[in-house]
Amino acid sequence: MSFGEILQHALFAGSVAAMTAGLVFVLAGAIGVNRLPDFYTRMHAAGVTDTLGAELIVLGLLLQASDWQTFAKLALVGLLLFLTSPTATHAIANAAHRAGHKPALSRFKPPHPKDAGSTSGEG
Amino acid sequence: MDVVTFLIALGLTAAMAIMLARLFAGPTLYDRVLAANSFGTKTVLFLLVFAAIVDRQDAIDIALLYALINFVATIAILKFFRYRSLEIALAQMSLRKALDGEYDE
Repeated sequence: MSFGEILQHALFAGSVAAMTAGLVFVLAGAIGVNRLPDFYTRMHAAGVTDTLGAELIVLGLLLQASDWQTFAKLALVGLLLFLTSPTATHAIANAAHRAGHKPALSRFKPPHPKDAGSTSGEG
Repeated sequence: MDVVTFLIALGLTAAMAIMLARLFAGPTLYDRVLAANSFGTKTVLFLLVFAAIVDRQDAIDIALLYALINFVATIAILKFFRYRSLEIALAQMSLRKALDGEYDE
């Protein structure tokens, strides 16, 4: 097996690995957006996984690119997603915060310090 | 192209379907905007994978255009539902408020 063939196989393996990892992130983000209890937690799921999953899938396609035009256009899409996806997420979070949305903390609120002190048996 | 790329496209379609459920069910406006924005990102990815499957590079241009429109549409929707108008210049507005010392609404 020549060096070129080995390089080709390695590139293909890396491409498959990157795209599979990206798909796992994208699916996890979609499931998280559906399952999480609150707007802000959903935004966390969507915002974090969208950027990383998208970049990984674009990277996987970059490794498969046949000519330099395809490579350049894919890199451009990747750069654009890298810049706009977190910006859009931040804008949505800012708009929700300004509109007065509060995180749903009632299920996870710790007990009041006084109650905690009385129940934990100080005397 | 090959079976892996096809499976990636299939998984992306599944993720888009799940995201559509949140888009229709979302209790607040911001859930819907978030789901729409995320759906747009997945559409861009699907177009890129589709371009690799059918081996036509035109679809990458469409994906690039879709990414731009997706971002602008998200910002425009958020701006409209905050100010109820698209005519206000955002930069001038926040600058004026900062100068007046009442930036926080």
